[in-house]
Amino acid sequence: MSHLLFDAKLTEALRMDGDLPRVPVNRLQRKAQEQNVNYLSINNENSLASISDGNSPRSAKSAHSGSFIDYKSPGRGKSPARNKTPGLVAPKLSVRGAGQKTPGRKTPGRKTPTTPFNQQDRFIPNRSTTDLERSHQLLVNNMEASGGEKNSEEDVLTLQEKEYREKMTENLNDGQQPDTRILSFKNKAPQGKEGHVNNLKVLYSAGKPMVPKAASTRHIPNVPEKVLDAPELVDDYYLHLLDWSTNNHLAVALNSSVYIWNGGDGAITALTQLVDPDYICSLSWIKEGNVLGIGLSSGVTQLWDVAQQKLIRTMDGHQNRVTTLSWNAYILSSGSRSGHIFNHDVRVAQHHVSTLQGHTQEVCGLKWSPDGRLLASGGNDNQVNIWEKGSTTPLHTFTEHQAAVKAVSWCPWQNNLLSTGGGTADRTIRLWNCTTGICLKDVATNSQVSSIVWSSHYKELVSGHGFSNNQLTIWKYPTMAKVADLTGHTGRVLELCVSPDGEMVVSAAADETIRIWKCWAVDKKDKKQADSSKGHPISMFARTIR
Amino acid sequence: MAGNKQGTQNSITLKGSAQLVTEFFNFGINSILYQRGIYPPESFTYQQQYGLTLFTTTDEKVKEYLNNILEQIKDWLEAGEVQRLVLVVTNVDTEETLERWDFDIQHESGFEPGSLKEGKMGTKDLKIIQKEMRDVIRQITACVTFLPLLDCVCSFDLKVYTNQNAEVSDKWADSAPCFIANSQEVRLKSFSTSIHKVEACVSYKADV
Repeated sequence: MSHLLFDAKLTEALRMDGDLPRVPVNRLQRKAQEQNVNYLSINNENSLASISDGNSPRSAKSAHSGSFIDYKSPGRGKSPARNKTPGLVAPKLSVRGAGQKTPGRKTPGRKTPTTPFNQQDRFIPNRSTTDLERSHQLLVNNMEASGGEKNSEEDVLTLQEKEYREKMTENLNDGQQPDTRILSFKNKAPQGKEGHVNNLKVLYSAGKPMVPKAASTRHIPNVPEKVLDAPELVDDYYLHLLDWSTNNHLAVALNSSVYIWNGGDGAITALTQLVDPDYICSLSWIKEGNVLGIGLSSGVTQLWDVAQQKLIRTMDGHQNRVTTLSWNAYILSSGSRSGHIFNHDVRVAQHHVSTLQGHTQEVCGLKWSPDGRLLASGGNDNQVNIWEKGSTTPLHTFTEHQAAVKAVSWCPWQNNLLSTGGGTADRTIRLWNCTTGICLKDVATNSQVSSIVWSSHYKELVSGHGFSNNQLTIWKYPTMAKVADLTGHTGRVLELCVSPDGEMVVSAAADETIRIWKCWAVDKKDKKQADSSKGHPISMFARTIR
Repeated sequence: MAGNKQGTQNSITLKGSAQLVTEFFNFGINSILYQRGIYPPESFTYQQQYGLTLFTTTDEKVKEYLNNILEQIKDWLEAGEVQRLVLVVTNVDTEETLERWDFDIQHESGFEPGSLKEGKMGTKDLKIIQKEMRDVIRQITACVTFLPLLDCVCSFDLKVYTNQNAEVSDKWADSAPCFIANSQEVRLKSFSTSIHKVEACVSYKADV
């Protein structure tokens, strides 16, 4: 009879713990309990506890919870103590347990995360990435599932083993199902190009507050005056493939040939065609507009008489392609991929008069100041150097740009005012006072700056941009407020030039078109005045070359 | 083999379905590589697919890598061994996982790997399937708007979750799942070929 009573009590005790299956205790388990077998397992401690305190179902349950703690943290000193005095602890616990549906489950859940830190000697080197909550949940589920099953010695051992294995797989697979393999191909995909700048950066900064807009004082047509086709225009940021002469000749380099577009009558003449592997890297008109300098990929610089369509002179010296040219009277400066800048005196046989070494990488922007006193050079090493005429050490070195500086332009009406623009990683326009070497202004444009030109009539400058809008932006000096955006190009703008009358800006872009924008139209009255006061320029080159 | 799906209307064989899913993976992975800027945009060419202009890589090494993997995936799809394909984007310098594009592959009921031997066919219009695929790819494209910028040199890796007993050549190795600690997860649309169902999901580092 008493045997049956005990059985009933035990069943009830088990039932109180909500998550346990509501089945009578297995016969084998019961046997083990009756025999008071002292196994290693928690389940046996569990049953021992329930027997030793078997009078009250509540205390039996609390012993359950205690044993769970035991099981989860065998290394702790607290739990065994609790087990030793189940009679004392049990009532306390049972009060709390009465309010909670599954006290046994919650307690270990709260405690487990702390265990790994106390157990430094475990086989798991780092558990910070392990989802302990989940592993515990799995463990508890497993225990509950097997809780009602037979409790033979074998089972006990496998349970521990199971725990070990499960933890192992949990840690190795990071919570994956054990029957899954994660495979990856041994030959990995190549990594992105070093120095490749994620284009999206431009988009991410595009939402930033824009520069102030200048009040409009005149009409600026937002469509180009003229669109010229430029097939095979090389889409290379570092090259200078467009220049407009004072004789109203627009020179364009399309891969290996040079074409001259006459701005007056629209006639196009082909000037030269190179032999195949060579291509043209830079063009520059002499101030007088009768001689065109051409920099080639082979490192050679050619001088062409455009009226005669004749090659006047070939100057070599550079080991690498000549990416940029700039004239200062009879001096032609050329920048090369090697980072050297050569000054050629085109009048004399020994044309190579000096070398300027200041850049460690390709020189991509080069401009003499209008007064011919200073030379500004921008390089792929993110530097801008200012050179005084005749000196071979830079007067100033500006390192503020974060990307290649291609856009270099002097202000025509204010001495020593230089504007520079940085590439994709930089996207700023900076204005410099080159007497003092102070940065007067920096403007974030949110896009690659490929070229800058200044107006001679207005206090304005135009910059050409790349991704994402491929626009030309007109800025007011000195506020650097935005006057207008000229959009239309579908590829990045590569180069800008001003027409000889200063009213138009021409842009060459990667979409293989050349567009002419009449953004600086001048009132006819003003123009007449300006013309009469100017007089005819005397060609210094013409005077000195023959 | 792929011709079957077009030959008879509204019937898709397992092979055809595997072909379709593999094709989708090709375009999906290429789209991710392009949209996330993992390789420079110059190395991509465009092509019309699913009524969209999609970018595919022209880099020979990347192409070879993708072809190798997709071919194997196709075989596994036919054998019903793949559970999941994961594209992991990692920072080359720190080897930290930055993004995880997860394509969970399930078999529609009635098309479990074991029960497919009798030549059972799916009945779904190819146009509807492609429309669903298009929607997923559109969503991949749209993800650029909320994913954080990958402002470093990145590489990608493909991880294939297979059954334990799948046939694996020695070109493959077991690997870690590369989870992102403290990640944000965005579930994308799913598509079904009536044999395979693919659910897409992207997770990324939340704390930036």
